[in-house]
Order: sequence, then C-alpha cells, then structure tokens
Amino acid sequence: MNNLLTEPVLTALIAGALLAMTPIMFAALGESISEQAGVLNVGLEGMMLFGAYAGFNGALYIHSSWAGLLCGALGGVVAASVMAVLCVRMRLDQIVIGVALFLFAEGVTSLLHGVQFGDEYPRIGNTGEIQVPLLHDLPVVGESVFSQHPIVYLGIALVFLVRWMLKKTSLGLSLRAAGETPTALDAAGVDVTRTRTVAVLSCGALAGIGGAYLAIVGAGSFTPLMTQGSGFIAIVLAMLARGKVVWVIVMSFVFGVSLSISTALQLARINVSTDVVQMLPYLTVIVVLVLFARRSYLPSALALPYFRGER
Amino acid sequence: MSTTLGADPVVEPGARRRAPGGGRLEAIAQAVVPVLLSVLASGVLLAILGRNPFSFYGAILDNGLLTGFGLQQSIVRMATLLLIAGGLIIAFRANLWNLGGDGQWLLASAFVAGFAPSVVNAIGGAVGLAAMLVLGAAVGAMWTVVPACLKAVYEVNEIITTLMMNFIGINLANILVKGPFLTELPGVPRTEILPLDQRLPRIGDTQIHVGILIAVGMMLLIHFVLTRTAIGLRLRVLASPEAARHVGVRPVRLTFMAFAASGALIGLSGAVSMLGDWGSFRADFNPAYGFLMVPLVFLARLNAVATIAFVALFAVIQIGGDTATRKADLPTDFILVLVGLLLFFMAITEFFRLRRAR
Amino acid sequence: MTSRSTQSAAIVELRGITKTYPGVVANDDIDLSFHAGEVHGLLGENGAGKSTLMNILSGMQQPGAGSIRVEGREVTIDSPHTAFELGIGTVHQHLTLVPTLTVLENLMMGSEGLRLDFTGARARFDELIDTLGARLSPSAVAGNLALGEQQQVEIIKALWRDTRMLILDEPTSMLTPQGVVELQRVLQRLKERGIAIVFITHKLHEAIEVGDRVSVLKAGRRVGGLEPDEVRAGSPLEIKRRIVDMMFGEGAAQLAGVTEMELRPEDGEHRRRLSSQVVLELIDACVDGGEDEMGLRDVSLAVHRGEILGIAGVDGNGQHELAQALAGQRGLSSGDVKLEGESIRRLGVPDRQRLGVRYLSDDRLHEGTVRDMSVAMNTVLKRIGQAPFWRRGAIQPRAIDTFAQDLVDRFTVRTPSVETNIGKLSGGNIQKVVLARELAFDPKLVIYNKPTTGLDVRTASFVRDQIRSQAELGISAIVISTELDELIALCDRIAVMSSGRLTGVVVNGRSAHTRVGELMLA
Repeated sequence: MNNLLTEPVLTALIAGALLAMTPIMFAALGESISEQAGVLNVGLEGMMLFGAYAGFNGALYIHSSWAGLLCGALGGVVAASVMAVLCVRMRLDQIVIGVALFLFAEGVTSLLHGVQFGDEYPRIGNTGEIQVPLLHDLPVVGESVFSQHPIVYLGIALVFLVRWMLKKTSLGLSLRAAGETPTALDAAGVDVTRTRTVAVLSCGALAGIGGAYLAIVGAGSFTPLMTQGSGFIAIVLAMLARGKVVWVIVMSFVFGVSLSISTALQLARINVSTDVVQMLPYLTVIVVLVLFARRSYLPSALALPYFRGER
Repeated sequence: MSTTLGADPVVEPGARRRAPGGGRLEAIAQAVVPVLLSVLASGVLLAILGRNPFSFYGAILDNGLLTGFGLQQSIVRMATLLLIAGGLIIAFRANLWNLGGDGQWLLASAFVAGFAPSVVNAIGGAVGLAAMLVLGAAVGAMWTVVPACLKAVYEVNEIITTLMMNFIGINLANILVKGPFLTELPGVPRTEILPLDQRLPRIGDTQIHVGILIAVGMMLLIHFVLTRTAIGLRLRVLASPEAARHVGVRPVRLTFMAFAASGALIGLSGAVSMLGDWGSFRADFNPAYGFLMVPLVFLARLNAVATIAFVALFAVIQIGGDTATRKADLPTDFILVLVGLLLFFMAITEFFRLRRAR
Repeated sequence: MTSRSTQSAAIVELRGITKTYPGVVANDDIDLSFHAGEVHGLLGENGAGKSTLMNILSGMQQPGAGSIRVEGREVTIDSPHTAFELGIGTVHQHLTLVPTLTVLENLMMGSEGLRLDFTGARARFDELIDTLGARLSPSAVAGNLALGEQQQVEIIKALWRDTRMLILDEPTSMLTPQGVVELQRVLQRLKERGIAIVFITHKLHEAIEVGDRVSVLKAGRRVGGLEPDEVRAGSPLEIKRRIVDMMFGEGAAQLAGVTEMELRPEDGEHRRRLSSQVVLELIDACVDGGEDEMGLRDVSLAVHRGEILGIAGVDGNGQHELAQALAGQRGLSSGDVKLEGESIRRLGVPDRQRLGVRYLSDDRLHEGTVRDMSVAMNTVLKRIGQAPFWRRGAIQPRAIDTFAQDLVDRFTVRTPSVETNIGKLSGGNIQKVVLARELAFDPKLVIYNKPTTGLDVRTASFVRDQIRSQAELGISAIVISTELDELIALCDRIAVMSSGRLTGVVVNGRSAHTRVGELMLA
C-alpha cells in the first residue's frame, strides 16, 4: 500500500484519470443535454466513433490537434443529424435507431479506416498538451493536472457553461420543458422539434469532441471500435446525474480513475488483474443503484416522440 | 414500447380466418423492401470504394449458402443466433429492454466451456451434455436477476442495469478464463478443449450439430407460448404497465420470469455454441451477438416464426461475409454497415407505412 | 361599474368557420363574435365542435374555410405564437404546466432573447397576481400546487402578453364549489378590464350563470344563442327551456339525457329504500401514497346491497387510491376490506374479480384496455387463464369470440368486428366494452372511476342507466366523480374525500349540493 502513495504513482494515476475521463465527460455532457430535452441517445458511442475518425483525420492532415477536435465535433454532428431526422422529425423509435446508429458507425469507421490505411495505424505526432506556467511545477498535480491538453480545462468550463445555459437561458428552459411536458412547450409557442434537434446536434458535437480527444490525445491514433463501451458508460452517467450536470465531472473523474488505476497499480507493483479493475466502475454503479434504489430520475417525456394534437 | 417501430400485433388465433391475402403480402413486402434497399445501398458504397458489388454478394452467397461447407457453417451459426433472438423476443414483447445479452452469453459460455470437459468425461455423453446445457441456461438466467429485481421492485430503468451487468459479465468471463478455468495450452488464454467426440451429436455426417434442432424447436415453442397461452398473453400485457397492474397479471413476478427466460435462452445459446461448435472459450473474445440481434428481431416485428427466416439470412451473410470481406480486402466489420443500413431502411419503411395508416 | 354594453367592441369575429376531418365535419359554417368586457358562453356536449373551435382560435389548427377578424382586421392564426401576438390567450382543460419547473419558469416559457429576464417576469407576475386577486408564490414548483392554484397560473400565463381575449376550456371541471366561486370573481375582475372572455362548457347552468351572451353548438354548427339583453331579461327556467329546445328540438325536455343536464340540486328529491345488508366494508383503511399521491388515512365506509354510493371531492384527494385499494391493485398498509363479511385484504385483482368486485378505471385507454389488442381479447383481460377461455393453459378463441360478440350485441358497441383493434373504436364505444366486461359474470359491487368523462351525452346517459338498472337488481356501485351534478342525479348517498380522509357522508336530497360543498373544504 505504501507503494501506492508515492509521487510517481499518484501522478500517473491522476494524469491517466484525466486522460480517460475527458472523452466520457464530453459525451456524458452531451447526453445530459439530449436527455433533458427528452431524447434518449443510445447511439452515443456511434457519435463518438464518428468524431474519433473525423478528428483523427483532421489532426493528421491539418497537423493541429485543435483542427482535429473541431473535425471531431463536425463528425459527431453528422452522426447526430441522422438521429435528429429519424427520431425527432420522423418520430421513429429512439432506442432501435440508436442501436442501429451505433452498429453502423462501428462498421463505417472501421471500413473507412481499412480502406484509407489498410493494415497500418499512423500516429499523430504532437498531441498538443500544454504546461500551465507556474502551476506546472507543483508536486504531483503539476505533472498531471496542469499538463493536459487545454481542451480538458475547456471541457470542465463547458460543463459549468451548460449548467448556466440550462438554468438561466430561454433555450435551457425550452430544453427542460421539452423533456418533461412537450405539450406545454408547444402551447407556449415554442417549436418542440427544433428544440430537440438543437439538443441532439449539441450532443453529437460534444460526443464527437470526446471521441476525437480519445483518438488524438488519448491514443494518438485511430483503431476501429476504439471507444470500448465508453459511450454507454456516458449514457449511464448522464442518467445518474439526473440533470445536474456538474455531477458529470465528478462521476467521469471517478470512472477515469478506475480506468487508469491498473497502470498505477502496476507502477506500485501491486498485482491486480486488469479485468478485475475494469469491472470496478460498472460494479460501483450497480452497488449505488442497489443501495439507493431510487428511480433514476428521467424526464417524463424521455424517449417518447412528440406528436402535436395527440393525447 | 414505441408504437412506431414496435411489435407486430400478435395475430389472434381467431383472426387468422379473417386475414386477407393482401395483409400477408404487405407484411412480406414490408420486410423484404428494407433488405433490398440496404443491399442496394451497400452495393453502391462498395462501388464507390472500388470493389465489385456483384462479386462481393456473389462471394457471400457462395461461401454462406451454395457450398456444402458454407451452408453447414451457416446453419451452425444460425443455431447460436436464433436462441439469442428468442431470448430477446421474450423480453422485448414485455417491453423489457434486455441490453445485457453479450454479458449473459459470454458468462454462460465461460462456465460451460470451463466445466464441460470434466463433467462430460465423468458423467458421460447425453446426461453430461444436457447438464451443461442446463448450466448455461441457469447462468444466463441468474445474470438477469439483479436488473430484474431493480426494475420489478424499484422501477429502476433496466437500460442502465442491463448495460452495466453486460460489461461486468464480459470482464468476469475473462477473469474466469484467465483464472480457474485456464488451461496450459499455448497462445491466447482459453479453457480446456472439449474433445470432438464428446460434443453435441451431429446430424448425419454433416458439421451440423443438434443445436439447430434445439434452436428451431425453442422458437416454435416461444411462438406458441406467446400467442396461444395464458402466460404469453400476460407477458404481452406486461408491455402496458398500467394495464398490467389493473388487470392483475402480477407485474413483479412476471418481470422476473420474463427476464429469467430471456437470460436463460441467451445462456443456452452460449452453451450450445461451446458444446457444439467452439469447444472452448477464449479470453477477450466477444462476437457481440447480443447487440446484433436487437435490430434483427425488430425487423421481424418480434414475431418468433418470422425471426427464423431473418436469422437464417443473417447467418448466411455473416458466414459468407467473413470470406467475402477478406477477399475484397475489407475489414470484417463491413457487415455491420449492412446491418445498420438494414435498420435504417426498416425504420423508414415503417414510417411510411404508419403515415399511410394514419 | 361593469362594461356590459351590448354595443361594446367586438374583439374577435368568426365568419363561416368550417373544419372537416376525414369522415366528420367538426365545425360547420360557424359565425361568432366575442366582445370586450363580456363573457361569451359556448355551450355544447362533448363532440359538438367546441374543442376544434378553440384549437382554431388558439392557433393549434387551421380552419378549412371561413375568416377570422381581430379588431376588424382579417388575420390567419397559424400557430400558438401568432395567437399570442394577436392577444388571444387560452386556458386549456388539461393543464399545460411543466410540473418540475417553478411557477415563474412556466410563465417564462417561450420568452424571447437569450437570457431569462427573471426581474422583468417577476414584475409582470406581481402585476397580474394583483389583477386576479390571487395569492401565489412565483418560486413554488408547479407540480406541488393544488389544482385550483395551477389553474390560476394557467390564467396568468394566458394573460401574460397583452391579452385582449381569454379562452377558458371547461375550467370548472376540476374545481370545488368554492373554487368555482373564486373563478367567477376573477372573471368579473377581468371583465372590468375590458377583456373578452370565451367560456366553453357542457354544463347548461354554468353557461347561463356565467355568460353574458350564450351560443349553443351542436354537431359542429351554431344552432342558436342568446343575446345579452335576452340573458338579462329572461327568467332562468325560461332561458333553460329555450336552450334545451335549441339543443334537442322542441319539447325534448323529457329526454333522460337532457334531464341530467339541467337537473339542479333543489329540483330533485331522492329517496330509495335501501337494503340493510352490507356488501362491502372498508375499516380504518390506510394506504401509503408515497411521494406522488395523497394516500388514504383511516377511511371507513360501508356499502349496502343495491346502493349507489358516490365519492365526491376534488381530484387528487385520495379517490384514485381508494378505488385501487378496493379493487385489489394496491395493498392497505393497515385496516381491512370486507366483502359480505369476509376479509379480502389479502386477495389480488383476479381473485376479487371472481368474487364479484369490479373496477371500471378512469383511464380507459392505458389502464382499462390494451390498445393493440382486439376487442375480443380486451373483454377477457381480467380472466386470463380461466375457463372457458383457456383450457389447460391454451387459448380457446371461439369461446372468447362468442363471449365478446354477445357483449357487443347487448351493449350496442359500434365496432366492425370483435377482432378489430380496440384502439380504433371511439371513446364511448371503448367505455361500453369495458363496462360490459366488468358487468359480466355476476358482479356484486362495481367501482366506477369517472365513468362518463369525455363521453357524448348519449353514451354517458347509457352508462348512468346501466348503473341504475344494476342497482335495481341488487348490484351495488361506488361512483367516483368530480361532477357533483352527476353524483346528485345518480347516488343514494355521497361520501366526500379530502386530503385522503373521508370527511363525511351525505344522504342525497335537498341541500345535498351545499352540504357536499362544505365537506369538500373540510
């Protein structure tokens, strides 16, 4: 146990946690927005994959991590627009379309990568991390917290921005109403479809950034199916956050820790198999649910398509 | 469950007299059109990528259907997929989203693959295999207890819980293979291989094992239960939770049963795969059949008999596609593109059908 | 003091408004005008076209033909947003508040600009609260308010922009008698400010009491009306007769359905000789309502053989829990339920069904029936697995069809066949199927939860007749309703529920109306 609390181990742990946490945090934030508006986005992982692929290409060819992240956002939006058209506008079943989107994204990104690069996995050189002046020299946190790619700090700030948006802006109010009682919103003269579309596209953009980060900064390259279920974790985190988006940061961090802990443990020469460690976050969620067994608060109109005049 | 992409309302036994030819024809068209459209769309995609779509699809048919070996492989694969589809149908008909199929499948497979060699050796052929099949079903069923309980008693959303159990199950299966069930064989960690002569009996002198008979039999049983028995009706009523409580079908008990049945069938699929086909369980191996079958059962409108046809088709595509994609120098995941497109087109044709009906 | 001049300016005029749907003409060439400072009562039964007209005025739907003039200018109201801009505010029958948002947030929905102007909204809120003379907290969560208060928020919402015309759709359906008085007071104050008010109702006496001007709608057409001076001049009885004639033709006052509509508590004398035999008893029953509902607290009542017992009270005071507890859908946390002397507390729905306790739920679409199933299947939903419909677990389709067909014939359910999806039937016919189902196989006591809501007069009448004729045969009924008039017309005794308790039981008769009203406030 002593080995665990040494500086290099802790640093590696926190650094790894932040690295792992960021894609999930972005995706969960997006999913939160979407769910608040009443759209359950099961295809989130598909959006992350699209973002990862687009982002990776962007960073590779434009030689800039920021360009890559932007491309990732666009990739996510493209994927999300499918969801917007089919589920929000055409009012088809959100869960089935979500699964389809996920499978399709896996297939298409894998296909495109194979066609583009064959068996090779090109890497990106400079992944764009910075070092925050002064703070960088602090023990433990210096090398970990303050040596991240700026998008990480931006992401955290973004969570607070979204929180402000939901509480204090007209759009935020519309989003919350759309997910709870869309008829009320309609009667108030707001276009429910447009509101939900905005929510879904925002979700796509954020998920896309998350996926792009994974490819550009996290791995440095794109591998098919590289998201490994992080999209689904994000969905669950969003559901657990119950609309209080700041919890997304905390929960993503906890998840990030659990994902990075295996490396830290290795450094500390504590031998625990990766499989066990990987189970921990999921196990935690189940335990929390069993212990507190409250209904996970979901907006009443979640996953229900809105038809004006019906009911 | 959504009324758009939802279940085919069960044709009540009495109504069969009334169903005109037009209705049946439309249902068939409804199912065939998305398949054709997705084949067309992926064909176009192939062409854009510089591959010949005709030779690609030809390769699928060849390797999946038209050769003796390919056909047998497809039927073997079909057994596995069909049982999973059956498990999903039971859950979805009751409006229970069992998205943990992969975890249930892998865990059951790990247990069965782990215990089979010793048990079958000790007890002997038929009894041993039967016991292993029961084990697989039991493990699958058991893995649904937590989500079932949380849903039935506390109304916790089962999407979260089944997804979580899914990932736990996947990892647990790996732990088991790398731990208690590990063998000394070189290469990827795996369980001890069940000798060929101790596996599920074959039909005639083909590669096809009796698993297919079990699978088809199960589907017919499921169809019968869902459409003609009291408990099947209760399950369908469960899909409308308020009506279920009002009518008195005891939703709590029924939820447990539905989940257990769903998990059991998926677990049985794992057992059948291990005992008939694979013979051993490898670590880090997840074919994700549980997810793949979700769109498929919806394509079949949750009708167990129709599902048999769709799964047969899909098995051919998977087996044939394995070779075809390699020949065309494409990643095997390309098949997922086909599946995704299938779902989209299915959703769109459904949309137009409902538009006409409104 | 009041601006009741018949020559006051017409704020909104409708000319030749027509709206058709496939197979039905909802509005047929309707001419109406709404004047400032005046309440215009729109009277008509369910299905007469009132909702469609209201939807057209509030921008939810477009007329097929005809014109709308607002302050002399011809306009097209193409969306709720446009309706607001034109100064038309609507208070819907089914409240459109978001329960998880605060009152102020609900009012700010749809506001322009990026940031929410809380200060500005608060100021407007205070202004309007003053106008209404109401007391509400802007930071209260909408879902926690009482129904009357929620309605007040809806009125404020409708008045939020510069409203010149306020439309109220069946506003008293969920109010206590006291609440109705409050509402009338509010409307008076609004009239004084020169706002035109449209009061949509199916209750005759309401239209006359509240309306300065009355129009009668029937089958989509305006079949007649009374000008303000006629309303002021005539005696209540005379006015009533004239309106009834307009609605049902000359001399139609004898029709049972009409009698229902115009019956006032003072008119009826209600005495039936009741058996002393007690069929159902509830003893100190407690039900845990959890977070969302009121529950029951020490409720005791006894129903005699052949008695029709009414349960009055504002929605949400425990009636729903009472019904479910009696039917077996919910358990009692303490106390007992006895059927003919034997406790049935431990029995579930199927067993109680078999013993003769039946429940007609208020939610016929989601609870009472399964939409995707046929009429035939719906008739046997509470007998799954029982003979003769199932033998050894397997279904007997012919037995089910015969049974269903018999019910359909006896209750004159209009359906293409028993195999038709029940979702395709009209509300009235669905209710008949459910009624038929509950009354089959020798019921002893039937619990009716709002049995005539949303039904046309004919079917509503049919349902009430069934309840009465069953009572004559010795079959007891518990009728839960928010329509006091209905209970007065139907029941032998009326119990009142408030906050989960039974505040009293009134024997029906003279002054029952007042006494019940008092008990509702207890």
